[in-house]
Amino acid sequence: MTVRAPGRTWQRSLGRLPIHVTLLVVILVWIIPSLSVVVTSVRLPTDIASTGWWTVLANGPVTLDNYTAVISQLGFARAIFNSFAIAVPSTVFPLALAAFAAYGFAWLKFPGRNALFLVVVALMVVPIQAAFVPALQIFSALGIGNSFVAIWIAHTTFALPFATFLLRSFMVQLPPELLEAAEIDGASSLRIFRSIILPLSTPALASFAVLQFLWVWNDLLMALIFIQNDSMYPLTNATAKLLSTYGQDFHYLSASAVLLMIVPIVVFVALQRQFVRGIVAGSVK
Amino acid sequence: MAGAPRSRAMNRRWRQWSGALFVLPTVALLLVFLVLPIFSTIRLSMDTGIFLQLRRFVGLDNYVNLFTNDRLFFSVGPKGISGVLVNNVLWLVLYTGGCIGLGLLIAALADRVRYETVVKTVVFVPQAIAATAAGLIWLLIYAPNPDIGLLNAIAKAFGGGPIGFLGNASVVTYALIVAAVWTGTGLAVVILSAAIKSVPVELVEAATIDGASGIQSFRSIVLPMISGPLTVVAVTLAIAAIKTFDLVFIMTRGGPNGASGVIGYTYYSQTFEQGRGGYGAAAAIVMLVVVIPIILLNIRRFRASEAER
Repeated sequence: MTVRAPGRTWQRSLGRLPIHVTLLVVILVWIIPSLSVVVTSVRLPTDIASTGWWTVLANGPVTLDNYTAVISQLGFARAIFNSFAIAVPSTVFPLALAAFAAYGFAWLKFPGRNALFLVVVALMVVPIQAAFVPALQIFSALGIGNSFVAIWIAHTTFALPFATFLLRSFMVQLPPELLEAAEIDGASSLRIFRSIILPLSTPALASFAVLQFLWVWNDLLMALIFIQNDSMYPLTNATAKLLSTYGQDFHYLSASAVLLMIVPIVVFVALQRQFVRGIVAGSVK
Repeated sequence: MAGAPRSRAMNRRWRQWSGALFVLPTVALLLVFLVLPIFSTIRLSMDTGIFLQLRRFVGLDNYVNLFTNDRLFFSVGPKGISGVLVNNVLWLVLYTGGCIGLGLLIAALADRVRYETVVKTVVFVPQAIAATAAGLIWLLIYAPNPDIGLLNAIAKAFGGGPIGFLGNASVVTYALIVAAVWTGTGLAVVILSAAIKSVPVELVEAATIDGASGIQSFRSIVLPMISGPLTVVAVTLAIAAIKTFDLVFIMTRGGPNGASGVIGYTYYSQTFEQGRGGYGAAAAIVMLVVVIPIILLNIRRFRASEAER
């Protein structure tokens, strides 16, 4: 047994000083940019242009006018509604379809199953740009080019490879004895799916749902392509459009950025575990 | 009596076949809206393609033009090579490398302090927000007016003139990549931190007793043991670098004068802004070809993990 000399601990913590300093810098670098946009969003346009946001405590009042303007005059109330109208079905549909498919791929044997699943794995990283134009043409041929249905189908389809992969990886690990027992009792596949597989797969289903909801909420590219008319723009598009009209007006832009960030941050804080688990499991996409 | 086993066998066979019904909706959607469209896009890429319509078959002309005739896509000039392709390679190397380097550093250091969760959460939050929002955040940070942009305020305090981070053709891509690294590092931190924690403490301690410094034992013991997760992170970030679009669209629209273009932006602007559907399709197919090695890698990894089960 050696007793640590008091001088050693002191030296040790001094030796650790660079670690603390580096991590402090890291924390600042990651917080300051977000903070800048939040602070700017509650300042008057004249203050924003004349004094830095970091002097907010010394300069000028704090106001919510930018938010009222963006929400009521610049159409963001509509955009918030649209974001939900796009993101909720675009999460529920692939979740349901992929859960069925994942069960089929994990537990039922049918001809061509393995080959088919390899195609699913391959499709996971395909750049979806390679499908946009023909998909658009199909949508307009079907007469749904100008409705949310088009972007629901697009988001659902492009999410399916990853969703199926994620859920299947989880379902194959369920104990086979459980399923065999149910089969012997004469339960149908549908019943096994509903009463055994689904309840046991809740963690994976939750992870995918959180991930997909945020992915769709944050999506700009597909909204640009699959939504043609302004009144259907989600927040990302509305923000991009605001940027092209009011490129230098940081009072509007910062308020819109914060509006765009609120829902993801609430979801992240509330469902952090599911989100992180999904991100980790999904880091092949 | 004789009927029972037979009907059970039939039951069983039906159960197995019913698997096809479970996967049918997914497979049908993938076929109609993803797989067949890819083939149509390949066809469109060999056409002049006005907007979304086929016009005239031109074989591989679009591809040849992309690589030899399009100054913005790829050009060899007196000052070296430049263009979208070069930018994408910069993204691939600096974005992937930057996120992994910072991710390793932060994960390894945070592992040794009590406020680890705080550090990891703060760095991870940008993963949850839209690239559109991150783009606006960094537009504000980079703003040329020193009363608005923090970086130029700092430059001014040190007597420097306003720096046009996004207005200068030779700086802009690096400025975009810095913003992207800010959003992407969280992924690397979370995955690598979990990996570092799985390395047995005894191994590292043994090395320390043998006189290895912290950095030495990290390099010779920890790094080799986390090579698996490291590859996963690298592949994920590389795919993001190849597909990058949102930040470029929001922050620069590929400007100034096309200096910050990336292939995802070329695809979008050619197809939907310039109305050159065939040319845009060729850019999309180039993206597809670039990720083929990653697709093969994924299939191999999947097969290996199945064989293990």
